Amino acid sequence: MFKVSNLTVSVEDKEILKDFSIDVSPGEVHAIMGPNGSGKSTLAHVCAGKEDYTVLNGEVLLNDENLLDLDPDERSTRGLFLAFQYPIEIPGVTTMTFLKSSLEAHYKANCKEVLSTPDFMKLVREKAAELNIDDDMIRRPLNVGFSGGEKKRNEILQMALLDPKICILDETDSGLDIDALKLVAEGVNKLRSESRSFIVITHYQRLLDYIKPDYVHIMYKGKIIETGDSTLALDLEKSGYNNYIK
Amino acid sequence: MPAVKETVKQVDEISVDKYKFGWSTDFDVEKSPIGLSEDTIRFISKKKNEPEWMLEWRLDAFHRYNTMTEPEWAKVNYPKINYDNMYFYSAPKNVEGPKSLDEVDPELLKTYEKLGIPLKEQEMLAGVKKNIAVDAVFDSVSVVTTFKDKLAEDGIIFCSISEAIQNHPDLVKKYLSSVVPKSDNYYSALNSAVFTDGSFVYIPPDTRCPMELSTYFRINDQNTGQFERTLIIADKGSYVSYLEGCTAPQRDENQLHAAVVELIALENAEIKYSTVQNWYPGDENGVGGIYNFVTKRGDCRGKNSKISWTQVETGSAVTWKYPSCILRGDNSVGEFYSIAISNSYQQIDSGTKMIHLGKNTTSKIISKGISAGHSSNAYRGLVSSHRKAENARNFTQCDSLLIGNNCSAHTVPYIETKNPTTIFEHEATTSKISDDQIFYCGQRGINVEVAIALIVNGFCKEVLQELPMEFAVEAQKLVGISLEGSVG
Ligand SMILES: Nc1ncnc2c1ncn2[C@@H]1O[C@H](COP(=O)(O)OP(=O)(O)OP(=O)(O)O)[C@@H](O)[C@H]1O
Ligand SMILES: [Mg+2]
Repeated sequence: MFKVSNLTVSVEDKEILKDFSIDVSPGEVHAIMGPNGSGKSTLAHVCAGKEDYTVLNGEVLLNDENLLDLDPDERSTRGLFLAFQYPIEIPGVTTMTFLKSSLEAHYKANCKEVLSTPDFMKLVREKAAELNIDDDMIRRPLNVGFSGGEKKRNEILQMALLDPKICILDETDSGLDIDALKLVAEGVNKLRSESRSFIVITHYQRLLDYIKPDYVHIMYKGKIIETGDSTLALDLEKSGYNNYIK
Repeated sequence: MPAVKETVKQVDEISVDKYKFGWSTDFDVEKSPIGLSEDTIRFISKKKNEPEWMLEWRLDAFHRYNTMTEPEWAKVNYPKINYDNMYFYSAPKNVEGPKSLDEVDPELLKTYEKLGIPLKEQEMLAGVKKNIAVDAVFDSVSVVTTFKDKLAEDGIIFCSISEAIQNHPDLVKKYLSSVVPKSDNYYSALNSAVFTDGSFVYIPPDTRCPMELSTYFRINDQNTGQFERTLIIADKGSYVSYLEGCTAPQRDENQLHAAVVELIALENAEIKYSTVQNWYPGDENGVGGIYNFVTKRGDCRGKNSKISWTQVETGSAVTWKYPSCILRGDNSVGEFYSIAISNSYQQIDSGTKMIHLGKNTTSKIISKGISAGHSSNAYRGLVSSHRKAENARNFTQCDSLLIGNNCSAHTVPYIETKNPTTIFEHEATTSKISDDQIFYCGQRGINVEVAIALIVNGFCKEVLQELPMEFAVEAQKLVGISLEGSVG
């Protein structure tokens, strides 16, 4: 369903991803852990189509279509969602307006009927309430002045609205207080389904207590060096990366 | 691929020919002698069957003009205009003085149709029931004025300036050039000498004009300078909202537009003047386009009067424009809301002047400049208080938004205070649309063009809100269209 194969990527002549591969089947949750600077965010960005990276080799396939040939908005409307490690602020554009533009772009691209404004607002309010996001926040400019935790919850809200096929969560747990962590994890668990897959990038085993992964990967220097089940994360928590880095 | 289909459709709709009003219509035209001379002016005046006093008035302006030189202080560059090569009067034939739409050249009506300007009132904007009276200007001759009769019931005069010269000479003599003197500047002198048409509005005392009045300008004939003259008088206790919208077909040669707009608000009167200007800006390489050198000024002549300018400037190759308010009456209020968008090689030097003369006068300036491509966008504003202007207040907010790395924004505020009780505040910001913002929008399915339109519309929200509803929607779309192709 979602498959990255032999991906080699450089930035300014420095190779960040080296022959990286991962294969995610429908409904699976894969966790990626790894030391700072190992290339986790780079992987997420390249999959989503950010510029400034040079892809030297490899493919990113979503349902057999190579995403690398598409613009970021097309990858999004095909069903790839990236929850940013550092969500971006857009002054002047209210969160509600942004959500509407985003959802409309998805509906249009997928030939679905666009919701009426009242129906849309109802939908947003519903999903927002589940994540403890109040009306006031939705009326403020996107991410401007949001606390770290608010930004992350706002990412999950967008994920819930856009109905993606593959979700990449880049350190969505960092900066969250304990209650917010539970809310976000519940939000994610609610979206888990047979047809939707997740790649969860995290530094902390704690998140994986809430979101049970099918696989845990250790990423180091641009590639996966170890794969296991959820016990791998527990081991890591105890003994650190040193045992795995050769 | 639904996404691709949608994109293709949008491209078809908008950017096949980037400037969608870029075509011209073939008409038989009647032109004045080429170049600028007393003969040209006599020709124009005779053609328009003007009274002797008007001819004298024009010749006086022409003599003043001859003593003046073209200004060079604005932050714009353009090749010298050769006035000897230009026709100062050109009118489509067969349209002199039609009594109704039926008499109007069908070609002309088709032209308006393509522009989306319906002459019949309800067609103004599909679905909007509100009536808008349209005085359409095609090149130099005002073609048709709708709604005149209905407005006349309230004593409101809304007609072309030529008609006003014939039918309301006292009002014209009293107010014409009372705000912008003939020799105010090079272009106002030129305009006074050769202006060919424009709109005239008079609102009688204690009358609220029941509809938005609107003029669409259109420049069609090649090598024709356009010199509109607009005069709006709001008598004591009256209110009027006036909309001006403009489009022009594509031309390789630059065309000069030097209009003069004068507004007069008497005691307790209010005038709201809104402009959407999307004249041909030239192509991606900066070839062609309109030169827009306009003098717009409002005089808050009476106590408690108010004049409010709102402008959305997206067109023209070179713009030089400072809608201003003279706050003469005590407690009078002046406002200026502006969105100026420059793309490709456009140059804009725009802003306002707020001249505080009376006591307790207040003014507000909200300027939003957006520059993209290789364009240059300058805000130039003067706020001054006279010795006698006790408690003059001004608030200025001047924000610039940059798109890409090759454009520039400049803010040039001049502040003069001669009264110690004056309080003038000025705030300015500059920001840039970042690649990260564009990527973030893209990740949520919003393509580059839509993302820019979204961010820019957010940036100018405060000003868009000032536009009459019918215009606001159009303006929002225009903001998107005018920035197409601004990011690689
Ligand atoms: N635009 C860039 N220019 C130069 N170097 C870059 C750029 N982007 C990423 N890098 C480098 O690539 C490496 C991987 O960065 P990346 O952000 O992918 O790491 P990460 O695994 O997400 O780290 P963290 O756990 O701290 O979030 C780092 O050494 C980083 O400095
Ligand atoms: Mg990272």
